Amino acid sequence: MKFLDEYRDARAAQKLAREIHRITTRSWKIMEVCGGQTHAIVKFGIDELLPSQIELIHGPGCPVCVTPLEIIDKALKIAALPNVIFTSFGDMLRVPGSSADLLSIKAQGHDVRIVYSPLDAVKIALQNPSKQVVFFGVGFETTAPATALAIFRASQLGLTNFSMLISHVLVPPAIETLMSSPDCRVQAFLAAGHVCTVMGFEEYFPLAARFHVPIVVTGFEPLDILHGILMTVTQLESGRAEVENQYARAVRRQGNRPAQELIHKVFKVVPRKWRGLGEIAQSGLGLSDAYAHFDAEIRFGVATHVVREPKECIAGTILQGLKRPAECPAFGKLCTPEHPLGATMVSSEGACAAYYRYRPFAAKPEVVA
Amino acid sequence: MKTLDPKVNLACPLPRSQYPAILMAHGGGGRLTHRLIEDLFGKAFCNPILDTRHDSAQFTVPSRRLAMTTDSYVVQPLFFPGGDIGSMAVYGTVNDIAMSGARPLYLSCGFIIQEGTLMETLKQVVLSMRNAAAACGVQIITGDTKVVETREKPELFINTSGIGVIESDLAIGPANVRPGDIVLLSGDVGRHGMAIMAAREGLQFDSMIESDSNAVHEPILKLIAAGLEIHCLRDLTRGGLAAALNEISESANVRISIEEKLIPVREDVHAACEMLGMDPLHVANEGRFIAFIPRQEAAKALHLLQQHPVSAGSTVIGEVSETLPPMVTLKSAIGTNRILDMPSGEQLPRIC
Amino acid sequence: MCLAIPGKIVSISGVDELMRVGRVNFGGIVKEASLAFVPHARVSDYVIVHAGFALNTVDEDEARKIFNYLAKMEDLTELKE
Repeated sequence: MKFLDEYRDARAAQKLAREIHRITTRSWKIMEVCGGQTHAIVKFGIDELLPSQIELIHGPGCPVCVTPLEIIDKALKIAALPNVIFTSFGDMLRVPGSSADLLSIKAQGHDVRIVYSPLDAVKIALQNPSKQVVFFGVGFETTAPATALAIFRASQLGLTNFSMLISHVLVPPAIETLMSSPDCRVQAFLAAGHVCTVMGFEEYFPLAARFHVPIVVTGFEPLDILHGILMTVTQLESGRAEVENQYARAVRRQGNRPAQELIHKVFKVVPRKWRGLGEIAQSGLGLSDAYAHFDAEIRFGVATHVVREPKECIAGTILQGLKRPAECPAFGKLCTPEHPLGATMVSSEGACAAYYRYRPFAAKPEVVA
Repeated sequence: MKTLDPKVNLACPLPRSQYPAILMAHGGGGRLTHRLIEDLFGKAFCNPILDTRHDSAQFTVPSRRLAMTTDSYVVQPLFFPGGDIGSMAVYGTVNDIAMSGARPLYLSCGFIIQEGTLMETLKQVVLSMRNAAAACGVQIITGDTKVVETREKPELFINTSGIGVIESDLAIGPANVRPGDIVLLSGDVGRHGMAIMAAREGLQFDSMIESDSNAVHEPILKLIAAGLEIHCLRDLTRGGLAAALNEISESANVRISIEEKLIPVREDVHAACEMLGMDPLHVANEGRFIAFIPRQEAAKALHLLQQHPVSAGSTVIGEVSETLPPMVTLKSAIGTNRILDMPSGEQLPRIC
Repeated sequence: MCLAIPGKIVSISGVDELMRVGRVNFGGIVKEASLAFVPHARVSDYVIVHAGFALNTVDEDEARKIFNYLAKMEDLTELKE
């Protein structure tokens, strides 16, 4: 595949790694924000190629992982209602709520369907006028244009049987929260490439200046990540703290204007709770007043309730980069991808799930047949 | 459409049924059951053993070791690009027998049919099984039919068992895997799972990915006939290459090291996996196997496998090493090493 | 939020900007994607597609830059593991 496979070239990766080795003189802690980058780092063993002075800290950029338990419980409640077709991206199906997950709701005979695009959910609503079709709108800014267009389309069509359960989150407020924490050890960021494809990277200039951290917009293939790290370390070694764009083939400084316009029309910025991090002000998207009638929480009257996370789970400290998965007593024992306790084991991109799958650890248990 | 042996008669031998759909009564053991057996299964699978219509099939085998397997097929949708539940059931059973180095001989098949399943659907499945069995040189000699109440929509499940005869003295199984063994893979991976994914989840791709569903016993029998030593065989099904390698690593208590760049994946399967966020090494196959061959025989084995159409894409993908603890390691495309773990649960598409 | 892959636009249909749709070829797989957010995209352009939506066209000059940079880099001794 063009513009994908060539960014996995082994010789080129080795070359970039050698250059990183050549210029690194001190220890540096770099956080990659996006779960997709975490996944690529662990899957391709990119950190194995780096000098030992560079520590990669895995950030909270996994929207599946940070979806609060309360919202998952609401999804399960709605999905179990008669006459509802509950649609979702595949990612959310195995995420456990307080007691079940969407896959087990589906196994009980309820109509839960995986869709590839939110527009597919609108199509399902058109094809099933006597049913209520709900779409689980989870994601960062990358996915917001898609969900916005689905709502907009449903509105244009005058659909009364379509609604969305929304859990969109925004990256820059999360970075700000992390950097404001006194325990934060992060010295530079690889910003999420596809988030910036939509939003551009203007928002990162004040963050880079305020916290004096380099922020490099980075892609997702091995060469992108190595190149992004090289650019980051180059800045760190020379004391600079600027915003740069490694992923220039897909990201423009101003981002995607038509997408941003639609997001601003359909959504408004709201406070959001991040699983493992707590509530962050102005960190999520909810439906704007003009489209509030598409809000599934209102339509189905699902009340908010308090959910307690399992006490063994230290996902919060892992999402902030303060601890590594192997340092969690439950890692690989009580908590595995098959029965995850918390956010970071739940999605294949969460730091704990990625490490469990790809890394040999002393803590790794015997393989269960 | 697979090329069938020209000896196979494609003309439909089955009389028209007066019932357009399966009823509970078809499983009741009475007249309708009898008609279903006579007019459909009996006519399609017709052979002297089945024709005795006895409670159990009686047959003679040479006094050698036998291999036996059982499997159940619940695939949805029933018909998919490159195959259907019927042919898949026959090939899958034949393949399991072949993994013991046995020549497959006889199959049983039990149908569990939900009421309301169209008779025409059942007919197509049964004809497909007949054709697959003929292509493999096996006979379906006994069976059973049950009809159950429908849940959401009419569905059909097939259970099979198979018997084959082990004609050589080779002991083939995980216990015989040795450090130094070479791992051969019989062709490109990921086709079946992605074909099903595209057909089932409504994730329609305009260009069709076809399942690799096929019988693989013939190249294996050729290896045995050539006197080659085979330590272990495993056909790749659910869980893909990763599951098969992990199962053997654990059973045999060995470390298996493979290289990603040696594993063939077709461009369209690679693209579909990238689109849906899936790993081709975890995706199901239905016409592929791995073979563990002693190092000194590997080149010859590979050459033989490559001569047969169903294993023409055979290639070396790795080896069994001395090191412990047992696990499967993968050298990635960029030259780094990681564990290739057992996939967990159903493979779901993702956007994250 | 991450999974978006590059494909080449094979054909475009739809007049209304937000309903503009393209058939996109991803390494041999052809699938429809919304072009609502890439009004400048034309047939034969490469686009990055996420959840059925093209988020941007691929800037082919920028895409080449890393390979030009790598070509200029000196060959150093092999990375010892």
